[in-house]
Amino acid sequence: MKATSNEQALLKGLANNDSAAIELLYKENFSTIQTFILANNGSYDDAKDVFQEAMIALYEKAQTESFVLTCQIKTYVYSVCRRLWLKRLQQKGRFTHPIDNLEESISVDDDLEAHAKHDAAYAIMDRALKSLGEPCKSLLEGYYLQKMDMQALAAEFGYTNSDNAKNQKYKCLMRLKKLFFAQYNIGE
Amino acid sequence: MEDLILLETIEKYLDNQMDAQEKAAFELVRKNTPEIDQMVVEHAMFLAQINQYSAIKSIKQTLAQTHQTLLERGDITNSATVSSGAKIVQLFHKYKKVASIAASVGGVIALFISGLALYLSPVSHNSQIQQLSNDIAAIKKSQQYQGKLINEVKSKLPAGVKFISGGSGFLIDAKGFIITNAHVIKGTGAIVVDNNGKEYVAEIALIDQEKDLAILKIDDADYTSKKSLPYSIRKSTTDLGEEIFTLGYPRNEIVYGTGYLSARSGYEGDSLSYQLQMSANPGNSGAPVFDNAGEVVGVLSTREAQLEGVVFALKSNNIYKVVNDYNASNEGSKDIKIATRTSISRLSRKKQIATLESCVFYVKSFDK
Repeated sequence: MKATSNEQALLKGLANNDSAAIELLYKENFSTIQTFILANNGSYDDAKDVFQEAMIALYEKAQTESFVLTCQIKTYVYSVCRRLWLKRLQQKGRFTHPIDNLEESISVDDDLEAHAKHDAAYAIMDRALKSLGEPCKSLLEGYYLQKMDMQALAAEFGYTNSDNAKNQKYKCLMRLKKLFFAQYNIGE
Repeated sequence: MEDLILLETIEKYLDNQMDAQEKAAFELVRKNTPEIDQMVVEHAMFLAQINQYSAIKSIKQTLAQTHQTLLERGDITNSATVSSGAKIVQLFHKYKKVASIAASVGGVIALFISGLALYLSPVSHNSQIQQLSNDIAAIKKSQQYQGKLINEVKSKLPAGVKFISGGSGFLIDAKGFIITNAHVIKGTGAIVVDNNGKEYVAEIALIDQEKDLAILKIDDADYTSKKSLPYSIRKSTTDLGEEIFTLGYPRNEIVYGTGYLSARSGYEGDSLSYQLQMSANPGNSGAPVFDNAGEVVGVLSTREAQLEGVVFALKSNNIYKVVNDYNASNEGSKDIKIATRTSISRLSRKKQIATLESCVFYVKSFDK
């Protein structure tokens, strides 16, 4: 089944971080996943975690230009959650049987591999930023994440002029890059 | 200071904020200076990473907010219990559709053939029509039979329940007492399935979370108890290197596996368990571990997640402990008696398995 134009619009909304689209996706899919996780030795929090991770995987997929979803969103989300959860269960190493639902599921291994790489890069960046300490962390987040300009940053952090702020930002950025590339493998 | 300006220029270039002349000049520099080119490439990648980080971070925030909003609005629930029944109803609807399609196809074919028969043989059509109506009756009958099968599966289960866990288990008393892992029994009830696929309703007689053992009692008129069990359960501990085998239900069919005892204690020195070297899969929980003579030496329970083939089994003397607990609390009318000798010790492995197969069950636990 191909994703309908309606579903394509939803995915586009997700890719643009549109809260209405995300709300709709969330509302329509969460309880299925909740039922599945609860039926398979999971808790409410597990369901929330796994579902949000699947949404991020879908977001990453929706962002790529060559992106086509070859099935319904709910099938895709269910398949990703199922795979993620079975993997976590396996890591716990308990010998119980996964009880499958009647939901249809597709192979998502390639997507999840890509997602795992993104996830690792995210974690490295997160760690690098956290180990920078203040004011570097807030300064760089202000510039690169909130896209504030130098004047505004200088005012916010109490630098006498934007050149001072620039100088400080440069020093912080060099440290961040060093921390990031120490762990991030360029070859991959 | 120079580096600062250089980096600023690179960022400006990557952000596409240069005018055409500036851009051309910079590209020329880039082409002629490999170090600068390298810096541009590296910084472009870094910017891509930090942008991705930023995007995912804000998606995470949106998701967390959405969850909270929907929760407050009551569109989703934070309950930890499953709304039950959906699965069986779904199953029923699924079969109902198939059955009705089959019925209408059968009906159409029957009408078509009877029409054809009427047309082709006007003289003797009476008897043919009779026969064909028998056919229709036969189709109906087989449909009813199908319906009955579905009903039978349903009848072993209380209506509207949902399976939540499963594993293996085995008889410890011919009267129908089965031992399995406590973590196999997550629900409030259980049914057990024998090696022929026959289901029996079982009640949970005892659960010992600490030892991770549970006793089930088959409570089903269809169950005919055996005269005696072919194996006893070892009270003493087993030696390193002892060859062992197991029978369990990692899938719907019984599966045989072998290995050896590799350590006298279990995970992180757990003295209630042995460590075994064998392969085991989800669903093997609660399966018996036999020695070469066919005596039970343990109950398969967990495995090391990271290491292939490292499996832990509860020592068989724990079974005596939970059986004593059960007997002590049970007024003595139907005490569990464990067989004192193993009658299959001299048999070949194939014959041992043939005898043991009927004593190992697939355990499914459900919640109402």
